[in-house]
Amino acid sequence: MSKTTMTRRGVLKTGAVAGAGVALPTIFTASSAAAYTNEPTGSTVKFGFNVPQTGPYADEGMDELRAQELAVEHINGMGDGGALNTFSSKALGGDGVLGKKVEFVTGDTQTKSDAARASAKSMIEKDGVVMINGGSSSGVAVAVQGLCQEAGIIFMAGLTHSNDTTGKDRKANGFRHFFNAYMSAAALAPVLSKEYGTDRRAYHLTADYTWGWTQQESIAAATEAMGWETVNNVLTPLAATDFSSYIAPVLNSGADVLVLNHYGGNMVNSLTNAIQFGLRDKVVNGKQFEIVVPLYSELMAAGAGENIKGVYGSMNWNWQLQDEGTKAFVQSFGKKYGRPPSNSAQTCYAQTLLYADAVARAGSFNPCAVAEALEGFEFDGLGNGPTLYRADDHQCFKDVLVMKGRDNPTNEYDTLEVVEKTPVDQVTYAADHAMFGGAEASLGTCNPGA
Amino acid sequence: MLGMNKKDTALMIVVAILALGAPILLNPFPTESAMAQFNAGYPDLMQRFAIFGIFAIGFNILFGLTGYLSFGHAAFLGVGSYSVVWMYKLLDYNVIWGLPLAIATAGIFALLIGFISLRRSGIYFSILTLAFAQMSFNLAYSVLTPITNGETGLQVYTEDPQVLLGANEANAPHLFGLVMNQSSKLSMGGWEFTFNNGYYFCAVILMLMFYLAIRIFRSPFGMMLRAIKSNNTRMAYTGLNPRPYALAAFVISGMYAGLAGGLMAAMDPLAGAERMQWTASGEVVLMTILGGTGTLIGPVLGAGFIKYFENIFSKINDNILHGWFSFLPDGLEDFVVFIIHPFIGKGWHLTLGILFMLVVIFLPGGLVEGGQRIKKLITSKKDDDSNTAKTEPAE
Repeated sequence: MSKTTMTRRGVLKTGAVAGAGVALPTIFTASSAAAYTNEPTGSTVKFGFNVPQTGPYADEGMDELRAQELAVEHINGMGDGGALNTFSSKALGGDGVLGKKVEFVTGDTQTKSDAARASAKSMIEKDGVVMINGGSSSGVAVAVQGLCQEAGIIFMAGLTHSNDTTGKDRKANGFRHFFNAYMSAAALAPVLSKEYGTDRRAYHLTADYTWGWTQQESIAAATEAMGWETVNNVLTPLAATDFSSYIAPVLNSGADVLVLNHYGGNMVNSLTNAIQFGLRDKVVNGKQFEIVVPLYSELMAAGAGENIKGVYGSMNWNWQLQDEGTKAFVQSFGKKYGRPPSNSAQTCYAQTLLYADAVARAGSFNPCAVAEALEGFEFDGLGNGPTLYRADDHQCFKDVLVMKGRDNPTNEYDTLEVVEKTPVDQVTYAADHAMFGGAEASLGTCNPGA
Repeated sequence: MLGMNKKDTALMIVVAILALGAPILLNPFPTESAMAQFNAGYPDLMQRFAIFGIFAIGFNILFGLTGYLSFGHAAFLGVGSYSVVWMYKLLDYNVIWGLPLAIATAGIFALLIGFISLRRSGIYFSILTLAFAQMSFNLAYSVLTPITNGETGLQVYTEDPQVLLGANEANAPHLFGLVMNQSSKLSMGGWEFTFNNGYYFCAVILMLMFYLAIRIFRSPFGMMLRAIKSNNTRMAYTGLNPRPYALAAFVISGMYAGLAGGLMAAMDPLAGAERMQWTASGEVVLMTILGGTGTLIGPVLGAGFIKYFENIFSKINDNILHGWFSFLPDGLEDFVVFIIHPFIGKGWHLTLGILFMLVVIFLPGGLVEGGQRIKKLITSKKDDDSNTAKTEPAE
């Protein structure tokens, strides 16, 4: 069908055009003189806030954005300075970072790894950010952390609770301030044994994905260590909204504690179903039936309403704490937005300040210098008490809160009460712990990009 | 030229110019200007334009020609991605191993799913494909975690075998040393243009795939597929069995999707289960309809349009709005921002939805029809068409 006519002239012409085309990219100087990715050259520096604005964790995301905006204000010397006044490091002077005013861009992760990476990439490639903060799911955090490692910028994780983020998926350019499933389990187990005794039989309902599994593994290990028995572990699909069919078998299993390894909307629904089935009014093996929700958040507690009364769980931080850092942050946040911050907001606020402070101490935005400044950094005054950023896995070690649904809430934000502040020593583990990737897990080397 | 008629050759040349000149065409505003927000000429988004263009072209071979509406094409996209990442893990970062495998595995998947689903047509076919895709998503998300790494997404770890990895080999996807995420930059006045290796790799494949689609559209095989769409029963009565043709079209479009998925992993070495979700399948349907079903260039335009909104509008926040309208008096400024607020940032779905409705209502033939109307307005002024609907083609 096709007719090919080849002439000497034609071939020469085509060759010349093709040659020019191939040579074209090399005409431009490949890389500029920048020492690292997105080195800020003007009078401003850009941070990227990548949070879920749509999807199941949108509420958490919006609260994170509020806190991040507040943190930028405080770094730039606007507002009342918030927790900068109580922060133990005084490297930040309220005039931006290293004399540069901080600006920020925002993106929507949609709680999907792909969308989160697309949004993060556009921040890096188009907006030229030096740091990305945010994420309200472990899958997203791990994906974006990997991207930042490849691109050569710093990732300050937001709300991510899976052991993997600083376990088998840890990266040299990634840092996590939030606590993890292991810490939740280590903090909860003693309280549970004190309250409910040491001969309980636990039944687990677990969200069927990475975070659910690591949490279930951690809780089962910690509770079994103090004498509990794990009767059964049933995996539930993430998209499930009705858990009745999973709750019914619990009654016949002979278990007397139900552990809900669910988060967000999942947890609200499964807890509501469990209450509707009257589980908490039952007496099994001569003991009162109990429900445990290992990871709590204010927004979930608000969603579950009445049902949360008396149910135990754990948190990274709560606005009701009475230390100076918390008071300064809550006051500042409340003044601007008229509501107390959630614990996901607090972790993003702290992470943004910690990054800015590390830059100021390192005297450079170079990610390797910043990482060095953060590694092994000990600080106080951001609301969590004395905290260490461990160099081996870039995980923060601090006290963990054990919470309980309040019996008589006085207002819509007063749904949880602090039962115990588990000291940091009790939740500390070795960097090569088996649940964290064992001895094989490594940070790799810091990548400055460019 | 190359077996195409004059009109198709012209179309092919337009696509080539758009694809190769994208880094310049998509960056019309100087970097420091306020309008720079609307620039789309950065590598990641351009790669997405090309990749989803390929995806939509392939989808259109099935939907546009045979009329079979598949709601499960994202499954093939995911299969392609997983194939490529597995090749990274087992062999090395050269994309040359993964891409053919992505096409092959997606083809096999499409053959299996197509063989069963094509026993029914119309809405039943759509639901069957949707069911298969949702099944694949759930398998990838949880059941098959050893293969797919579940929610976290499949990625390459340092302890992976990577048997072919050379000592000096790049630690990122590359084609015989041409590293995908490297770019050269050109600064001219206030403008900065980024020429990215990965984008040009995608663009070349997009052109090849576009050419292939033209040839399929114009071939006797394409005519058979159109016959299925126009009247399946009559085709059967004339003694032709339509099913092998429909199945072939299904497999071809599945392979296109597999290639697109493979390219996604070639640009960014991670495969997440979400890209198999039904929303992703729905997205390609929207792209095709928005651009113009059954047309050659339409799906590419539709893909660009949707990705542009997803990536550009979702990043506009209130601070940026306040920056734009700061010249207005205080109260008025807040009011304007308040009005626009629901349509930007997290509201980008809303904006896209409104535009989609407008296109479907006023331009049933998609963006391509808009382009044709504009052309008609220009060429024949005497035409008494009072319709002044003007839709700019997506970038």
